[in-house]
Amino acid sequence: MEVRTERIPSRQRQGVCLSALGAAAPRTIPVLAGYFVLGLGYGIYVESLGLPVWLPMLMGTVVYGGSLEFVLASLLLGAFSPLSAFLMALMIQARHLFYGLAMLERYKGYGWRSAYMIFAMSDETFSITCSAQPPEGVDRGWFMFFITLLDQLYWVLSAGLGAVVGSVLPFSTEGVDFVMTAMFTVIFLNQWEKDPQHYSALIGVAAPLACLALFGPGSFLLPSMGCILVLLLVLRRPIEAAEAQNQPKKQEVDP
Amino acid sequence: MTAVQMGLTVAVCAAATMITRFLPFLIFSGKDRQPPEAVQYLGRVLPAAIFGMLVVYCLKNVTPFEGSRGIPEALALLATVALHKWKHQTLLSIAGGTLCYVLLVQLVF
Repeated sequence: MEVRTERIPSRQRQGVCLSALGAAAPRTIPVLAGYFVLGLGYGIYVESLGLPVWLPMLMGTVVYGGSLEFVLASLLLGAFSPLSAFLMALMIQARHLFYGLAMLERYKGYGWRSAYMIFAMSDETFSITCSAQPPEGVDRGWFMFFITLLDQLYWVLSAGLGAVVGSVLPFSTEGVDFVMTAMFTVIFLNQWEKDPQHYSALIGVAAPLACLALFGPGSFLLPSMGCILVLLLVLRRPIEAAEAQNQPKKQEVDP
Repeated sequence: MTAVQMGLTVAVCAAATMITRFLPFLIFSGKDRQPPEAVQYLGRVLPAAIFGMLVVYCLKNVTPFEGSRGIPEALALLATVALHKWKHQTLLSIAGGTLCYVLLVQLVF
């Protein structure tokens, strides 16, 4: 892979890094606030399940995807089912495919930094790096690299802090596990407002409910994912028609 | 689950995540950049369905006919939705809903 940074003396290179770090840090402040609160909650949550204190940081490092990490922690309490975990992870993280498509050009050509930026893509990092322009004279590769690195550090450290805090809290953490339910509910509501049609959201609730009634809580995930995919593909025509019908309205509001 | 099984489960989830992150760069870098229509369609409609499923997943162990009959869950869910409709602050809604549930299960039910 061709690397965009030229070979430069190490002191000069240090300057390039530092100025990129200086430019990147302020852009990540909103992410710091969000990750701190959510990461803390995530750490406390995992600890409250009785899992090891270091686990949130480990998952934050190797998986690094908030939604999946919450689900993964709860999967670790159930029966061993790697296929179910694998498909669940694919479904939850599928949106990254589209982040990648959007970043094909931007993330190309920075060598190991490209690899890291792709490895540590998150919703929040994507939302900054896909829009933020580095100030003039600041190296774009290092700028995007530091945004990615800082965001992941915020998440991992907050999760670790949460786990430690959870283990020493003087009061009971019973019920803290609802943080996962609340988080997915809010994301669901946000998605509902963004979508021009609601069939897919309704399928996403109805199909798993039916599968839960049929198969029970231990084994309803795989059939749920199957049903959702099949229904979405079978109903593609009406759903796309509903999308098209509601699209113009949105454009009228948007000047 | 044994420690080895836990490690494998984490590894499997990490691998699936890396597939979703690296795949576009492996297959689409270069010439033909548009993914198939069906994939684009799923990209638009899948998120809402997945997060709906995850809400159901979170509530999978609620027993409507025994114990607390899912009343604390229902109330906390209601509080989360109401708070979100009112203030529209993602973190506030999550924190408020969780606090509501913690108070309900520790003090009331």
